Amino acid sequence: MDTVLKVDKIEKYYGNRGNLTKAIDNISFEVEKGEFVGIMGASGSGKTTLLNCISTIDRVTAGNIFIHNQDITNLKGNSLNKFRRDTLGFIFQDFNLLDTLTIYENIALALSIQKISATEIEDRVGLIAEKLEIKHLLEKYPYQVSGGQKQRAAAARAIVTNPQLILADEPTGALDSRAARMLLDSFCNLNETMEATILMVTHDAFTASYAKRILFIKDGKLFNELIRGNDSRKEFFDKIIDVVSLLGGELNDVI
Amino acid sequence: MMLFKISIKNIKKSFSDYAIYFFTLVLGITIFYLFNSIDSQTALLEMNDSKKAIIKLLLAMLSMISVFVAIILGFLIIYANNFLIKRRKKEFGLYMLLGMGKRDISKILIGETMIIGAVSLIAGLIFGVFGSQLMSILVGKMFEADMSRFTFVFSKAATYKTILYFVFMYILVIIFNTGIISKVKLIDLLNAKKVTEQIKTKNPIISLFVFGISILMLGYAYIQVSLHSFDMQRKDIIIMIVIGCIATFLFYWSLSGFLLQFMKMRKRIYHKNLNMFVMRQLNSQINTNVFSMTVICLLLFITICVLSCGNAMNDAIKKDLRDSAPRDICIIKYFEDDLETMEEDKKEKELDKRTIKEQLLEEGFDSNNFQEDVVEGKVYTTDELTLELSFQKNKEEVKKQFPQLLWDAKEEIISLSDYNQLAASYGEDTLELSEGEFLMVCSFQTMKELREAYLKDTIISIDGKEYKSATSTCKQGYIQMSTSHTNIGVYVLPDSAFHTLENSSLELYSCIFSADYKGETEKEKQEVEKLISKFHGKNIITLTKIKLYETSVGLAAIITFIAIYLGIIFLISGAAVLALKQLSDSADNKERYRMLRKIGAENKMIRKALCQQIGIFFFMPLLLAMIHSIFGIWFSSNFLGGIISSFNLWTVIATTVFLVGIYGIYFLATYLESKRIIGFE
Repeated sequence: MDTVLKVDKIEKYYGNRGNLTKAIDNISFEVEKGEFVGIMGASGSGKTTLLNCISTIDRVTAGNIFIHNQDITNLKGNSLNKFRRDTLGFIFQDFNLLDTLTIYENIALALSIQKISATEIEDRVGLIAEKLEIKHLLEKYPYQVSGGQKQRAAAARAIVTNPQLILADEPTGALDSRAARMLLDSFCNLNETMEATILMVTHDAFTASYAKRILFIKDGKLFNELIRGNDSRKEFFDKIIDVVSLLGGELNDVI
Repeated sequence: MMLFKISIKNIKKSFSDYAIYFFTLVLGITIFYLFNSIDSQTALLEMNDSKKAIIKLLLAMLSMISVFVAIILGFLIIYANNFLIKRRKKEFGLYMLLGMGKRDISKILIGETMIIGAVSLIAGLIFGVFGSQLMSILVGKMFEADMSRFTFVFSKAATYKTILYFVFMYILVIIFNTGIISKVKLIDLLNAKKVTEQIKTKNPIISLFVFGISILMLGYAYIQVSLHSFDMQRKDIIIMIVIGCIATFLFYWSLSGFLLQFMKMRKRIYHKNLNMFVMRQLNSQINTNVFSMTVICLLLFITICVLSCGNAMNDAIKKDLRDSAPRDICIIKYFEDDLETMEEDKKEKELDKRTIKEQLLEEGFDSNNFQEDVVEGKVYTTDELTLELSFQKNKEEVKKQFPQLLWDAKEEIISLSDYNQLAASYGEDTLELSEGEFLMVCSFQTMKELREAYLKDTIISIDGKEYKSATSTCKQGYIQMSTSHTNIGVYVLPDSAFHTLENSSLELYSCIFSADYKGETEKEKQEVEKLISKFHGKNIITLTKIKLYETSVGLAAIITFIAIYLGIIFLISGAAVLALKQLSDSADNKERYRMLRKIGAENKMIRKALCQQIGIFFFMPLLLAMIHSIFGIWFSSNFLGGIISSFNLWTVIATTVFLVGIYGIYFLATYLESKRIIGFE
């Protein structure tokens, strides 16, 4: 199998010698191409730090992260920007759409930044919009569409560049349950039809239940791993709830 | 005391927020001091009485205009201050949440205003005092004063006046601030930043339509103004100005929509780098600032016109003066032959026939006071040649342009040798003429053209002899000194025409005398001037270089001073408002640029986009204002054609450079500050 992401014994410390906090404490895992992986944990467990390290926004203290066998912990400056631009796609909790641009332009901008030709931009935006069912919204502004539609537009922007890995940070955090369901359905759709590799951080069991595999993090350590296998989503959800109650802490109040 | 500490810390913390505000304040104070301290400048203290009279007039006008300037600056300061308060709403909300009373917050603000006011006043006055030394040199040059006794001056009166005016403005600011703070609600303060404006979008078709209309209107006004600049009525001028203003407004109203459509059609450019983003940013920025952009554009237009016209007028007046008053003195004596003098004592009449040279000698004026080359010429008139007879062919046209012309006035005629003597003494070209020919000498541009219209095949006859024009054009020249090119035409005839004066219709009309004073320095010349000023009499006009310069240069200087004063104030007001508008948007922009970085745009790309956005926002008003100005200056130079005969291109260029310079400083400061706000280090 083709390994997209390989996290090898990474550690991340905050603070100084007198007062050291281990945000990530020796985590290792791998993500294969076409996987849909969820990362769950209570707030403060280190899941966002992990995502930040993978997305090169933050640097690890020790260990290595490989994306397609390239060690990204050694990248610096412009090559880091270039790597982030060409290899990763981001979806944020608060959408991060530009309010002055139409949906179309928001999606196209990601391609413009990659200096892709105008005609190709149009084709690719049209294609991805169709897939995410936002084609009728392309000429609208972000403030004219709903939260779910905004997030699907953000997803379209993340995937239109054909990134090797899509990183989603609490993508349903700002959505109501119906919109969240639609978004997650389209994630699954992207994952299955386009073989997109998705790494999603969430603290919501329902959201997590759409993933194929879930990594649980507690106090900076890998705590458990769940694989959906042939379970239905409902069964998988129940299993997640079991682990969550085992984890204890804030995640108890998920339902 | 604790509140005062907070004030100081706030200023230190948000110093860069205040930078543009502070810069504008200091600049305003400096200029205010500069123009109000003119009276105590050394260069002016050294001047003679008639110049001082002009300076008095200048001062009176400047102090009037200073009130107007103070009002403009007052508005600007209150506007800028409001903007700063708005930016800090969240901070105030936090103070209130922590239990601080509105009264205390007001006290903090008063403390801040006082500190900023005091520092800006001191800085402004220091710059003003040093700047006024430079100004002194400039003034001295303008008024052609003796600069040898230049010393450092400090004007108490101007300092007091500046402090009084600005303290008053700061008190107004404090009152405004207190008003704002006492009215606000906590919830609004805390949520101030969250309120996002709806993006104003316009129907693209309407935008295109309106843009077309605005271009047509501008084109119409431009064409009208440039084609009819000579004969435009006041009513028409006002109509053109109104059309120009409306068109400017419509232009900005539709500009961004038009640009957006235009760019969308050129997909290559539209999709290149962050162009799409920049266009959209501008679109929302221009759409929310249509009115202020219009006002700023018009302000800049006025500034450019006023500055370059003022400078050009000063230059042109001086140049005309150098051309038209080359010698130290020119005396004209008219020999009136109206009936009243005829009735009077015949002897006196005889006496009056003396030439100026003779009269000077008889009255005991020492001719050693003059240089060697004293020249005198005689001017004749005849009933056979009046203005009406001259302009037979184009009388109607002349009447339209000069309705006040006296048609039965006799034309002035001079002999070739007399003219050549005078011309040589003025440094003008001498002429050649054969028998049976005449030449027309003229320097007043409009009249020259009217004269040339009939010259070609006109034959004049005097004493039965006929003369035709030697050339079809007028010769540039004059026979008496003046402040500018005002000679409306003199006929030059061959000497033979004056040989038999007894039976001729030609009568002696006047004598023109020109000479230079003996003396190397200004002082020595002044002495001679004093002596000669005793020489006067009925029908004698004395024109001296010193007097002509005083009246003419003084006028030019007043115009220039007021132009520069108002021009700079308009300029900094416009630029400061633009800068503050841009900065007030940068809080929103910060979020947008952060997103750009998140989706992978490189820093270089983002910096470029920011620079483009601010650049276009800044230079859009300037660009249109410059186009306006081309036509405005063209129009005024034609309209004032009678006064200014030449428009110096260099003064226009110098003005533009100066203007773009100050404007550029504001642009640069805004760019750097925005860069800081959106988080570049």
